Amino acid sequence: MDVLNWDGTLSAKDFRIGAIAFAQKWETLNLGYPPWSWVPSPKHPPLTSPQEEGYLSLEKIRISRPKQEDVDQNIKTDTGEEETSCSEKEDDIDDATLVQSSHHELQYYDFHIVYSHTFRVPVLYLRAYRSDGRPLLLDEFEKDLPACSVKELSKSKWTFITQEEHPYLKRPWYKLHPCGTVEWMKLLILGDTSQPKFEVVLELYLLSWFSVVGQVIGIRIPVNVLSDCR
Amino acid sequence: MEALKYVWEGAIPLQIHLHESQVTTLPPPPPALILAPRIGYLPLLAPLIKPYFSSTLPPGVDTIWFEYKGLPLKWYIPTGVLFDLLCPEPERPWNITVHFRGYPGNVLIPCEGEDSIKWSFINSLKEAAYIINGNCKNVMNMSQSDQLDLWRSVMNGNLEAYQQVSSKLKLAIVEDEYTSLCRSKSQEGFGEKDLAGQVKTGRVPVRLYVWSFSEDFDDLEDMSPVDNWEKISYINRPVEINKEGKCFTLHDALRILLPEFLSDESLSDAKVGGVDVEDTQKVPSEDVSSNKADEDQGQNTNEKPQACCSPSRAEIKLIRIQGIEPKLEIPFSWVVNNLLNPDRFLHICVYLKVSQ
Repeated sequence: MDVLNWDGTLSAKDFRIGAIAFAQKWETLNLGYPPWSWVPSPKHPPLTSPQEEGYLSLEKIRISRPKQEDVDQNIKTDTGEEETSCSEKEDDIDDATLVQSSHHELQYYDFHIVYSHTFRVPVLYLRAYRSDGRPLLLDEFEKDLPACSVKELSKSKWTFITQEEHPYLKRPWYKLHPCGTVEWMKLLILGDTSQPKFEVVLELYLLSWFSVVGQVIGIRIPVNVLSDCR
Repeated sequence: MEALKYVWEGAIPLQIHLHESQVTTLPPPPPALILAPRIGYLPLLAPLIKPYFSSTLPPGVDTIWFEYKGLPLKWYIPTGVLFDLLCPEPERPWNITVHFRGYPGNVLIPCEGEDSIKWSFINSLKEAAYIINGNCKNVMNMSQSDQLDLWRSVMNGNLEAYQQVSSKLKLAIVEDEYTSLCRSKSQEGFGEKDLAGQVKTGRVPVRLYVWSFSEDFDDLEDMSPVDNWEKISYINRPVEINKEGKCFTLHDALRILLPEFLSDESLSDAKVGGVDVEDTQKVPSEDVSSNKADEDQGQNTNEKPQACCSPSRAEIKLIRIQGIEPKLEIPFSWVVNNLLNPDRFLHICVYLKVSQ
């Protein structure tokens, strides 16, 4: 494929290739999160999907709100132990980071990266729940999100993150709207003066995508990671 | 155009019963009889339904939702589609149950009144626009007043107002000449060359709903009702109308949507049964382009597409679009130009018998 004329989209097959490359890269980055796992699409007899259909899943993640100066450190090293002491008291601090934790009274997050056949890009679905499994509404968990996301939410309530049906699980999940994805993906991938091969693009696609989307939910990928991949 | 008018004027007579758990008076209130627009959404009927039952409801906050034979109805599916999908034998009036308490939030997306429904509609329109034009700028950049006018036109079933506003969105998929060409083609039978170059290629936003079952029925009325959404599969998939060659039919479109069930068997006697067929059925849907369909069609000039095919695996029992059970030979462009929902998706309901 000619990368210069590339429109920023992925085919379903390329999504799977890119997703698996991303999951592998994720593990080597050692950011302190559990690995993403590939979930093959559940069998729906009438619309049996081709084998390559499925989504990426990162589940039971805890969002907490560390002090501003700790953010960078936490991303790299936190394993969760300290996080229990770092609780909801610090509501006035905007930055958030994600940490795995076994604390019982806390809020957990599930993230799924699902391919959209309409937009031909990855889409982030998420849900939040208490340790007893009770699902949380956006109003209840938006305080965990970074300040810029909260601001965007108040500005565009219906076009930024909305509740929609998970395409595979058919249950209400929150979805980050993908309308502008191709535009900024083209900028991210092709903005560089060196034009990479499509295989390289594919390798980097989900990592680049997640470096933007992750920020909405407070997961940051260190800047040097992306440039190192080039 | 005339068909579109019928679609917009289409309505389902509803007989709405209040769920017994919310009846606090004796005798229980009689059911409410209401005509629900096909293109509308059930919770929009709340202001009409509430007066029938308000005096008997227990104290609490209203969170309206509907149910049919134990199945919570998804409010973001247009009423006409729910009816087409869940009533194998159209039931008139359609007896459904209304609840004002105990919203099943684990199954249904919460509905915060008209705003939720409006945005579900706009977001659906946005997705359709993306499929048609490759971007959704026209929908996203709509002025507030246009957006409101568009939504009002759908709420009030005002086709003229809808067309006025929606024409600004430039969401035409297929040119109308195609329809007339196909019509004259079937009447006069002229060659395919006359069609070439005059057809505007279009990507059609399709929402396909499939109810699959393994039991055999002589009569659709005998089917046991859907009690769980697990039994229904639905997907959004773009279908590209093939530019070159012959008239692209509904059958061709379904073959792209359901490659495993509408294979070449229904078109070619030579391929019935055998291992080859099994193999071709496994081609991933993503890559089954209309080119392939066209190639196959080219080999058979006198084919008669049938609803049933691949008897060993599955059989399409019924296809419904906007309450109509169209013939499969119908040009897909006609279907698109006449039976599209206001959200610009073509909602197709399929009853599929799968063998175990």
